[in-house]
Amino acid sequence: MAVMNIREAITRTLAAEMERDESIIVLGEDVVGGAGTAGGQEAIGGIWGTTPGLFAKFGPDRVIDTPISESAIVGAAAGAALAGKRPVAELMFADFVGVSLDQLWNQMGKFRYMFGGKTRCPAVVRLIYGAGMNAAAQHSQSVYAMMTAMPGLKTVLPTTPADAKGLLTEALRGDDPVMFFEHKALYGVKGEVPDGDHRQRFGEARMVREGGDVTIVTCGRMVSFSEKACDKLNADGIGVDLIDLRTTSPLDEEAILDSVEQTGRLVVVDESPPRCSLASDIASIVAAKAFSSLKAPPQMVTGPHAPIPFARELERAWVPSPGKIENAVRQALAYR
Amino acid sequence: MQMSRDELIGAYRRMATIRQFEMRLHDEIKSGEIAGFTHLYCGQEAAAVGVCDHLDDDDYIVSTHRGHGHCIAKGCDVKGMMKEIYGRRDGLCKGRGGSMHIADLSKGMLGANGIVGAGAPQAVGAALSAKLDRKGKVAIAFSGDGACNQGTTFEAMNMAVVLKVPAIFVFENNHYSEHTGVDYAVGTNRDIASRAEAFGMKAWRANGCDYFDTYSTMRELLDHVRGGGGPAAIELDTERFYGHFEGDPQRYRGPGELDRLWAERDCLKNFRARVGEGGLLDLAELDRVDAEVSQLIDEATSEARAAPPPDPAHVAEDVYVEY
Repeated sequence: MAVMNIREAITRTLAAEMERDESIIVLGEDVVGGAGTAGGQEAIGGIWGTTPGLFAKFGPDRVIDTPISESAIVGAAAGAALAGKRPVAELMFADFVGVSLDQLWNQMGKFRYMFGGKTRCPAVVRLIYGAGMNAAAQHSQSVYAMMTAMPGLKTVLPTTPADAKGLLTEALRGDDPVMFFEHKALYGVKGEVPDGDHRQRFGEARMVREGGDVTIVTCGRMVSFSEKACDKLNADGIGVDLIDLRTTSPLDEEAILDSVEQTGRLVVVDESPPRCSLASDIASIVAAKAFSSLKAPPQMVTGPHAPIPFARELERAWVPSPGKIENAVRQALAYR
Repeated sequence: MQMSRDELIGAYRRMATIRQFEMRLHDEIKSGEIAGFTHLYCGQEAAAVGVCDHLDDDDYIVSTHRGHGHCIAKGCDVKGMMKEIYGRRDGLCKGRGGSMHIADLSKGMLGANGIVGAGAPQAVGAALSAKLDRKGKVAIAFSGDGACNQGTTFEAMNMAVVLKVPAIFVFENNHYSEHTGVDYAVGTNRDIASRAEAFGMKAWRANGCDYFDTYSTMRELLDHVRGGGGPAAIELDTERFYGHFEGDPQRYRGPGELDRLWAERDCLKNFRARVGEGGLLDLAELDRVDAEVSQLIDEATSEARAAPPPDPAHVAEDVYVEY
């Protein structure tokens, strides 16, 4: 096992899969960078440093800088996928789904169904998401709930380097369109990554901790925030089942329901506004399917019904904090 | 432009098939048997056939909400299409797509599309795939004068030029985007080809009601694209003989407009006149084709009427390859 961060795991997985499968191509804004400049290509290697070296290795046919045209980037990925390729399209900020939504929602996600199950659209869209860089309202959002709600798309959110490799490999070998969410504050997270072929099946949640008193269901950056809360709670003898969903579509309902049947108390942590969110979705599933197990009302820890603000103090106030998660667990436990 | 007798008959057969298919639908829809929205291609047959007659199954097209003509011209099964439009289990898309979402990837037909302007970026992606495959294949985006105003179309044209892919933007200007005239809605003096030129690609113009003009201009265009000249565009001046959708009362038409279009701009009539004057074919041969097509459409319609509906138990199948 090699130790690396999530950024490196993504780059190496892309390179290994491109080596293995010639049909994989990478396209997006500045995935190479520097085209048409005095500095020349490879000047950037991706704004997030996730695609360096790919251009030198695989050349301009397979590693493609595009104009700033998100609809055309995603639409071209959709068309290339129908025409036999496995495109990996990068949306530099997940917020830009607003610009390209039709190609995801009405096109890529619906082709197979609309066309009677006779087509495959194996496109991977990488969406860089999340708050934590004071990037304000249009460059900080976690739009995974929206994507999760769209039949035909799969939604994936790695939180460890091993999962980054396993889930990206699975995405690139599957035949459905995958929304691959990368949290910008998690790129530097280090961990061991299995050598060789490593696939992580979708719809299999990761049990991060087993504690038995309360169930926390979460994804993305909120997994590590929840771990911090768990450390505090452990000191008081409170044990938490912490579930990292890994993929929100498909959803590992079984892992959630199994845990809640044991604990009877649910906290959902979601880096997004509260309405029509992953938090409300999980809470409703548990209420409908594990009602008799519940000993307390489900707690939802989310941002407020407000855009994500710029100033450090305001952004910190917006994002669910380890302290808020800890309080929610204590409230769930206090309910009698 | 030299065309063999078989090529001429084939072209006429494909145009006549589109015409009769659409005219039959026009009647069937009135009877109330067909659900949903249908947009007929009648009047534009020379455009689809004049373009697609240069393509084979490995070339790609993306189509529009007015897509039946493109499907037939690209070789989709007419009976499967009719069943699909009737919403039948054995329709080309199992009754899931309907009129606006017919596709057959085995024919290089990547799909009709209910969203105006959505297809152009997809054609760029298919053209990118074709470029990487290096087999001289092309990808064609059919768009109308409505879609020529969508940002996606502009993005796609620019990206095609930047990436130097064999994408071809076919603009069928039928002078109406839904119920609004091209004089109003296309700011560039009702001229669409000049927009493509402004993005840095070569553009052609042809009479989309004249098979021969469309076909020969496309020949020139394809020589340019397949010769490595990059993407290209063509604006086809054509006519829509029916409304935007079936049931459209067409109150926007001028007095006598439709009579004039049927009299002067009917591509099938023009084709017959041309081959007759030139002594290229005996018109009785075309009468025979009409009769054969009529029989095919009769069969397609009666088979579609009698075909079983989809099983509601299958409503959530085929969303994913694996889930």
